[in-house]
Amino acid sequence: MQWQGYFRKDGRKGIRNYILVVYLVECAHHVAREIASQFREDTVQLIGFAGCYPNEYADRMMNALCTHPNVGGVLLVSLGCESFKRERLEENIRASGRPVHTVVIQEAGGTKKTITEGLSWLQESIPVVAAVSRVRMTVDELIVGTICGGSDATSGMTANPAVGRAFNKLVASKGIAIFEETGEMIGLEDIMSSRAVNPELAAVLKASVEKAARYYTLMGHGSFAPGNAEGGLTTIEEKSMGAYCKSGDSPISGLIKPGDRPTKPGLYLMDVVPDGDPKFGFPNINDNVEIAEMIASGCHTILFTTGRGSVVGSAISPVIKICANPQTYQRMSDDMDINAGAVLTGRTTIDEVGDDIFESILLVAAGRKTCSEELGHQEFILTYKTFTPIGPACLPA
Amino acid sequence: MAKLIKLHPLDNVLIVVEEIAAGERLLINDSMVYIPDAIAIGHKVAEVFIEAGDKIIKYGVSIGSATTKIAIGMHVHLHNMKSDYIPTYTIEKSFRETND
Repeated sequence: MQWQGYFRKDGRKGIRNYILVVYLVECAHHVAREIASQFREDTVQLIGFAGCYPNEYADRMMNALCTHPNVGGVLLVSLGCESFKRERLEENIRASGRPVHTVVIQEAGGTKKTITEGLSWLQESIPVVAAVSRVRMTVDELIVGTICGGSDATSGMTANPAVGRAFNKLVASKGIAIFEETGEMIGLEDIMSSRAVNPELAAVLKASVEKAARYYTLMGHGSFAPGNAEGGLTTIEEKSMGAYCKSGDSPISGLIKPGDRPTKPGLYLMDVVPDGDPKFGFPNINDNVEIAEMIASGCHTILFTTGRGSVVGSAISPVIKICANPQTYQRMSDDMDINAGAVLTGRTTIDEVGDDIFESILLVAAGRKTCSEELGHQEFILTYKTFTPIGPACLPA
Repeated sequence: MAKLIKLHPLDNVLIVVEEIAAGERLLINDSMVYIPDAIAIGHKVAEVFIEAGDKIIKYGVSIGSATTKIAIGMHVHLHNMKSDYIPTYTIEKSFRETND
């Protein structure tokens, strides 16, 4: 299957063509929202960073997000005195060939004047971005991420193994698949590292789970609760496998951190747990933090498995929601793209759901809207974090 | 409908997807098997005879070892299997290293 993607001047290809309105501190949020809300969410989307103090991670994430292949142009909204390096961000976006403009509230003369200036730039730029060249795109050019949220006992029985099957097909088709959450892989250090393409990467994968175990222990998180055993889980390995099986069976080609881009086809682990001692609190305060991190690493779309029933989508990249629990699906079917819970009612198998997910990825890439897109979801959050760069063993040679 | 599903072709346990009553007979590997215990949804049942010390395979990987012989159709849980996981990291050790 092939479809028409959006060709960016930096050579990358997108499956959506959004203009972002980006606030660079919470103080500019309202003005940015007022500007963005004048347009439909399938044209203009709002993202931003709330913090006033500098953070290397947030800076890197924002640069990656504003030059994401699904993004065609960017309006930056600055208060003026925040520490975000807006000139460098604007230069990088411009260097990527995208239309970009910065409005500075303190320089423009306040709320009203900034909104007027922002709106007029957007009105000029929307037709320019809409006229971007279309280009043939195929599955081997796709980057797909997966996460789970609002999990229950069914997640590890239906939706997660089915995503693993879809990831097997994606990797076999020379696409790129990204999975994450090393905090949910405790007990699987050896199982996971045995899938690495070389011994150096195996050591890196193992160390990433040990780092997560240490971080979570310092944050006061336990791993295996009595309720897990009541639900039929016997060991920590088994519990962790319920989430980890989303990665499928392919060899693991590399380890990336948020904002790093995989270099070759294959399956990648994203290490989302900050380096060093806990500094800014929980590694990820909610599911959308992880979604934004996978998008910053180039994901065109995200597979989101849920048992209890999450409704979130995301700015920039469409989220395909896969519901693990048949009762949740019945209650919340408007929000769910795929009913993996049908495995439990005997109407389908894990392999068939895996095929449905893979087909869904292609249809969404070709332009079909996901449920969360139809409903206007465009959640976004970017927080403070600290990372050290990945080492030479992390990416395939 | 089937009350048991197999998550991965390599597995030696099946997962209960509809509650099983004590004394039920279910089709496992083409033969009718007597299930002595009531087993709840999400729990594991042996698909083959498992020797003490054998790995329990679910999701295609080892999730621990059998501590006793397990017959086909038996509930597999805390009473007949254990974790093989030995954490390589302990928080106490790390604090010692940092504080020395």
